[in-house]
Amino acid sequence: MSALFRAGARVRVRSETIPGHCRTPSYLRGKSGVVIEVHGEFRNPEKLAYHKPGLPRQPLYMVRFAFADVWPGRRSGGGRDSIVADIYQHWLQAER
Amino acid sequence: MEHEHRHSHAHDAHAPIEEHAHYRPESLLLEQALRELLIENNVFTAAELQRQIEDVESRNPGMGAKVVAHAWVDPQFKARLLADAKGAAAELGIDVANSPELKVVENTAEVHHMIVCTLCSCYPKMLLGIPPAWYKNPEYRSRAVIEPRAVLKEFGTELPADVEVRIVDSTADLRYMVLPARPSGTEGLSERELAELVHRDAMIGVSVVRTR
Repeated sequence: MSALFRAGARVRVRSETIPGHCRTPSYLRGKSGVVIEVHGEFRNPEKLAYHKPGLPRQPLYMVRFAFADVWPGRRSGGGRDSIVADIYQHWLQAER
Repeated sequence: MEHEHRHSHAHDAHAPIEEHAHYRPESLLLEQALRELLIENNVFTAAELQRQIEDVESRNPGMGAKVVAHAWVDPQFKARLLADAKGAAAELGIDVANSPELKVVENTAEVHHMIVCTLCSCYPKMLLGIPPAWYKNPEYRSRAVIEPRAVLKEFGTELPADVEVRIVDSTADLRYMVLPARPSGTEGLSERELAELVHRDAMIGVSVVRTR
């Protein structure tokens, strides 16, 4: 599956709940951030966990979230602090 | 100093039986049952399991320290390390062929990375060995993303407010390790002496490298 986003793209993590194994942490669902690196393509762990091939491979992105966007109302440092996580493409949507 | 503050169990060399007090019998039984089933069903052999355990136990933070010190003295190696960490580690003779993907992130005067795995306990075992107990603890795993600076402070790490503390949550296929900033005043040290300054917690990013 080709990569939909490039470094610099604003994205939002889908606000969904799925049953079973998942590598998208719930505290980041619905949060918006910026792609800082495209890692390449990997088999989908939500399928691999159940002995499925996990194909097509999903592009995996390193996404940076501003700390204040993840935890509204909380402060950390001078406002530059951030959380970075690796999120598969099927969990991301474009943010305008 | 090793930072095992959440590990309330006191290590007393004269009370080795206490070492087993952590493990509940049911978890030991579960491990045994699972291991025997996997071997009986030819998922792996007992010899393969033994080799894997020996490989994991042979790795230690000294390997990561060697990589860090080499990156400090060789800018071209550092560039390769940041672009392709496994390739760079292999250059130093470290076997990473069967290891997961690895990414090294650099701490600078502007950005301080700190590694966590909120979902489980992903860790750069290929370069640091077995993770410390606190790294796998639910308390570290949740507090690292909620109040990172309070956690850093408990590790003796206080950073200026204008430094970006960047918590890296290893959620997927990549393992992360920190390339700590080289401390000032180390210009005259050899690569081996530099490696001796680099400790595990600095490569997780809960600490920084200091001169002795």
